Amino acid sequence: LFVINKAGGLIYSKDFASLPNMSANDYLRVASMFHSLHAISQNIAPIRSGGIEVLSADTFNICCFRTATNIKFLLVVEPSTLGSDTMLKGVYDRYVEYVLKNPFYEVDMPIRCELFDVELEKLVAEANAR
Amino acid sequence: MARNLQRAGELAFAKMEKINSEVLTLTYGSIVAQLVKDYEDVEEVNKQLEMMGYNMGIRLVDEFLAKSHVGSCQSFRDSAEVIAKVGLRMFLGVSATVSQWSQDGNEFSLVMEENPLHEFVDIPEHLRGLYYCNILCGVIRGALEMLNMRVDAQYVRCKLRGDAHSEIRVKLIEILEDQYPEDDE
Repeated sequence: LFVINKAGGLIYSKDFASLPNMSANDYLRVASMFHSLHAISQNIAPIRSGGIEVLSADTFNICCFRTATNIKFLLVVEPSTLGSDTMLKGVYDRYVEYVLKNPFYEVDMPIRCELFDVELEKLVAEANAR
Repeated sequence: MARNLQRAGELAFAKMEKINSEVLTLTYGSIVAQLVKDYEDVEEVNKQLEMMGYNMGIRLVDEFLAKSHVGSCQSFRDSAEVIAKVGLRMFLGVSATVSQWSQDGNEFSLVMEENPLHEFVDIPEHLRGLYYCNILCGVIRGALEMLNMRVDAQYVRCKLRGDAHSEIRVKLIEILEDQYPEDDE
């Protein structure tokens, strides 16, 4: 899971399964690249579009949920996974609750909220149990 | 469209967790009283309230979008209606009406008949210039700024000053476009 702020910077990333080793810098670079691609896709779309929603590859899909405030939630999943958009909406709800309502969190800064982590783990555990 | 928004507002309000309104009124009242004591200058207090509202607005807007499921607005008029009917209803429990659109459609008035923050409040003579609910102006400004609209929100009439109802005038200054850094290669 990655969360990108409206300037294109990565503010949160979390792995829920074992992933190939990528350093923190790599994550930042990847996130900014996605932000730029997303912006380009919005500009070249023939009709007004909200940008990239799903990027499919052989072994994985990247699902993206963009809020009206230009924050992007990215999920990297196996191609066979269903309900990614519901999951992303769930992440958005938890972001609203545990990150935005935390008075000590500055908007657009990296997210360091324990409650947010805990809730995300719960969300993923529920989804995996199904 | 107006009826749909009304319904959306009711639904959103029903879903929100409720607390005792007196607790809110008293808490807000003590914030204002403390600010008055700290700053002693009415204009300064108004400004602080607006800034507090701004910080609240930038966070509330995401919650509003997540909980109310209202789609994108097509125009500034739409945004005005959504704020009045859904936003205010959801967070304060009161609905406002939108009126007095300017010629170019960039300014409107939000008229509120009642405001839960006003209960039990009586502004003394020496605080005449205080806009008790200036925080709402800040909230509107913050929320719209996160949605790429820069606005200016001012109180023009306030029930606590003896007017019949409270009115906030909202003026659209500009629509911000996504800014991409210049290509410097």
